[in-house]
Amino acid sequence: MSKEQHEAIKENSMLIQKEMLAKQFKELSTATELGKKVVYTFVPGNLTELILSFDMLPVYPEINALQSGMRKKSADYIRDAEKIGYSEDVCTYVKCDIGMMLNGNIGPTGEKLPPPDLLLLSYTGCFTFLKWFENLERLYPGVPVAMLHTPYQEDGKISQDQVDYMVKQMNEEVIPKMEMVSGKKFDLERLSKMLVNSAKAEDLLVKVLESAKHVPSPIDAYFAGVYYIGPIFTAFRGTEEAVEYYTELWKEVQERMRLGLGPITPEGELKEEKFRLVVEGPPNWTNFREFWKIFYDMGAVIVASSYTKVGGVYDQGFRHDPNAPLESLAKYCMGVYTNLNLPQRVDLLEKYVEEYKADGFLINSIKSCNSFSAGQLMIMREIEQRSGVPVGFIESDLVDPRYFSYANIKNRLESYFQMLGQRKIIMKQVEAEI
Amino acid sequence: MKVLEEILQECELLAFDLNFSRAKQWKSEDPKRIIVGYLPIYVPREIIHAANGISVGIMGSGDRKQIIKGDAYYQSYICHLPRGIIEMALDNNLDGFDGFLFPAICDCVRNLSGMFKLSKKGKFQRYFDYPQNFDPNIGGTFYKQEIGKVIDDMFAINGIKITSEAINHSIGLYNKNRFLIEKIYEIRQAAPWKLTAVETYYILRAGQVIPVEEHNEILEQVVSHLQNERGEPMDNIRIVVSGSFCEQPPIGLIKSIELAGCYIVEDDFMLGSRWIQGDINATTDNPLEALADAYINQSTFSSAYYDVGNPKGKRLVKLSKERDADGIIFCAASFCDPALLDRPEMQKECDLAGIPHINFQFHENTGQFKVIKEQAGTFSDSIKLWA
Repeated sequence: MSKEQHEAIKENSMLIQKEMLAKQFKELSTATELGKKVVYTFVPGNLTELILSFDMLPVYPEINALQSGMRKKSADYIRDAEKIGYSEDVCTYVKCDIGMMLNGNIGPTGEKLPPPDLLLLSYTGCFTFLKWFENLERLYPGVPVAMLHTPYQEDGKISQDQVDYMVKQMNEEVIPKMEMVSGKKFDLERLSKMLVNSAKAEDLLVKVLESAKHVPSPIDAYFAGVYYIGPIFTAFRGTEEAVEYYTELWKEVQERMRLGLGPITPEGELKEEKFRLVVEGPPNWTNFREFWKIFYDMGAVIVASSYTKVGGVYDQGFRHDPNAPLESLAKYCMGVYTNLNLPQRVDLLEKYVEEYKADGFLINSIKSCNSFSAGQLMIMREIEQRSGVPVGFIESDLVDPRYFSYANIKNRLESYFQMLGQRKIIMKQVEAEI
Repeated sequence: MKVLEEILQECELLAFDLNFSRAKQWKSEDPKRIIVGYLPIYVPREIIHAANGISVGIMGSGDRKQIIKGDAYYQSYICHLPRGIIEMALDNNLDGFDGFLFPAICDCVRNLSGMFKLSKKGKFQRYFDYPQNFDPNIGGTFYKQEIGKVIDDMFAINGIKITSEAINHSIGLYNKNRFLIEKIYEIRQAAPWKLTAVETYYILRAGQVIPVEEHNEILEQVVSHLQNERGEPMDNIRIVVSGSFCEQPPIGLIKSIELAGCYIVEDDFMLGSRWIQGDINATTDNPLEALADAYINQSTFSSAYYDVGNPKGKRLVKLSKERDADGIIFCAASFCDPALLDRPEMQKECDLAGIPHINFQFHENTGQFKVIKEQAGTFSDSIKLWA
């Protein structure tokens, strides 16, 4: 397909997001000269609105790592981190980030990222975050670290004690450090106003994600889904721009539904939806396009995924609440997918299979990510037993291309799709006989 | 008093009894008794003891059990410990356990708690979250709430309401336990040939699976025996082993290090038994506060705990100097994110302090030690010849 044809299928929302990102990285590249303070933090359970309310700029190391993966730079970065002693066994996001630092901290747009003024360790749903920032603290000596410990949803619910614990940490640890670094006083009213925007964008995102319940689905909730969640999971939640982006996106999705169109893929519109899948686990970034192509070539559409919930399980009703800003941020942090216990995850995935009328359930198990991967084989069995849909299992990595075996994955997926196809034929025959 | 060799033999049997027979026998003597299993590294065992329970450390199946079913639950890139534990659960080794605690040390152990929940193993399965905030008013309060949940879990089983007196009594017993363990380490500090690292390991690991009162008796006898001469000093170097705080190295590996010419004068194998440094207040009206204070102010260090403000690398160097060690061996389980992510920075601290170090990785069921022995031997020789 020619470059012109690729350009032709860019929807307005895609162009808006591209501009938002370009502006964000431009701002980051000039942060030091403009005197803007920079906060490094993580995507799951982030406090973006709080950071923005101090006029500071957030940087998300996982996003840098995945962008490096998509731009084929991660292999070298990982190798450089391994050269200084990081084991082959450990998280490749961490190694990619450290490798990027060793190579001048050049961001995804080719511009240098500023060093942090504050390391905000929002320790949510992933133990490695803790280790990651301990390492960064030593690589950026003297930079203050604010720790926000998010309790795990051990009992399958959020208790008031846990909310109080988090709010206390924000009041006595996080906010004072933000005030110190930014030189500004905390402005609760400003934060509240931002949360109004957050809730608006969250409403719209949920509508977009739930449009996949429609048959055929107008969206791919995994491969395209990772773009849809971009602004709200990162630096734009709480901003007018995010609301505008999601308004535009929702408008486009509605139009696609009205016309009965399928999702847009990098090679144009999917003409026929053959299989509807629920996917558990993050995608592979180093071979993202190739990976996606295996699916759309077979007419497979991902109608729901757990990965698009790592920055918030909004479709289960959570909204940021401007009337209780800090409590709401606490509940948000505790509610993200990787902070759910395994029984909660299984319940959610089972619900997705049913509500989104999925033909199958697939796990992309990531070598680097124990937060997702440990226990996935049991999740798979539970879903198979409860829902009766065929399950599939493939393995890859986030940003280490050494662990993406195209032929192996394609082979497994083709067999899986053949099985789904046969099952559909048999089920049709059974229905006809009844 | 039993002779030392007899004690060591008994401890070896207890340490690797994967059916936890002594704990089950202890429970069978009183219907109100309970068994609470816990994973590495640390839980405040005092509260379980105070609730008429026995806390049993589930340290993995090591190289003593063939893993068949466990491998079907875990991908190849996940450490070995949880697959051995799942195997034990499926083979009924853990039958009779009333509850399980999964300390917050990594994502694998955390998600294993969910797998036990889904499998409905035991009457409760609890991920035991630790505060990562070390302000007593914030993290301390959270910690007490976490302990309170475990107390409620146990109360729901045996109906025993624990009193301050009961917890104080239990704290006293564990204070004694830690004191005696440290005594053994001190004796070995001065004369490591008196008790090998493997023998020390048997003694400490046995303490994970028997009542603390019985373990204290054993420790007292061992300390008494060690007042006498035993063994001969050898031309070995003195080393610290770091990174084996969760998945345990096989005995063959520890032996190989020793046979290669290294006295292991400090290690983190059974770190949970030594987690709190010094005594906890056992004469207080608020023992939960005392346990929380001890956790916040008297914890040792490990890769599984947040350390900004008190970096582990510096603490390791300090410990190494206190033990008068010649070098450090970083010995982490494969795929252990906490230990392996710490390693580069800890090694950097060793370099700055001029402490030689080497590293290798293992699985709990590693069977080949030749390479490790050669590596440790070369390390020992190089220090003896050129340090």
